[in-house]
Amino acid sequence: MSGMDIASWVLLAGGAIFCVIGGVGVIRMPDFYTRTHAASIPDTMGAGMILLGLMLQGGGWIVTVKLGFVLFLLLLTSPTAGHALIKAAHASGLAWQGEHDTHHTPLENPPVGGDDATDPG
Amino acid sequence: MFGAAMAGLLITMFLALVRAWRGPTVFDRILAVNMFGTQTVLVIAVAGFMSGRPEWLDLAIVYGLVNFIGTIAVLKFAKFGNLAEDGRRTVR
Repeated sequence: MSGMDIASWVLLAGGAIFCVIGGVGVIRMPDFYTRTHAASIPDTMGAGMILLGLMLQGGGWIVTVKLGFVLFLLLLTSPTAGHALIKAAHASGLAWQGEHDTHHTPLENPPVGGDDATDPG
Repeated sequence: MFGAAMAGLLITMFLALVRAWRGPTVFDRILAVNMFGTQTVLVIAVAGFMSGRPEWLDLAIVYGLVNFIGTIAVLKFAKFGNLAEDGRRTVR
């Protein structure tokens, strides 16, 4: 097992681990905007490590160039799609978690040093 | 080693499907489908190496392009309810 194979194995396993971390984050994050953060992990770190690991397999220069194309395409399109998605969600009025929090009334938990000091209501 | 990477990718695809099924808003579902598409590109690439035919990378490139265009199209449809008009015009 040469050093190239070991590096390729490490990159493939690391990329798979980052993908699973992103998937678990998409399930467990409480909010849409935080879920987009978790969903960006497989698109960048997972895809980058897995495609670099496949490049180190040595399948010939054309395979390496195609893998580079796939990586370039993912790095170009996934932030664009994520930006459009978050902008559309923000424009449609989707709230952050805690922005319209109904678990407490403002009288029970007054904001410390908030800007509603001039507002008696 | 390809099996471990493939297992991780398939687990991630399953978790994205769970979020697409459970997602409270339409944006959660679009996010999950976009993530599923990215994982599909990686699965096609790894499966090509696993079966000894790296020519499948062409399919991965095409699927990446289709995934991006599909995400933008579904977003525009979810926002305007119409794919024909541009965004600056008011929706009648």
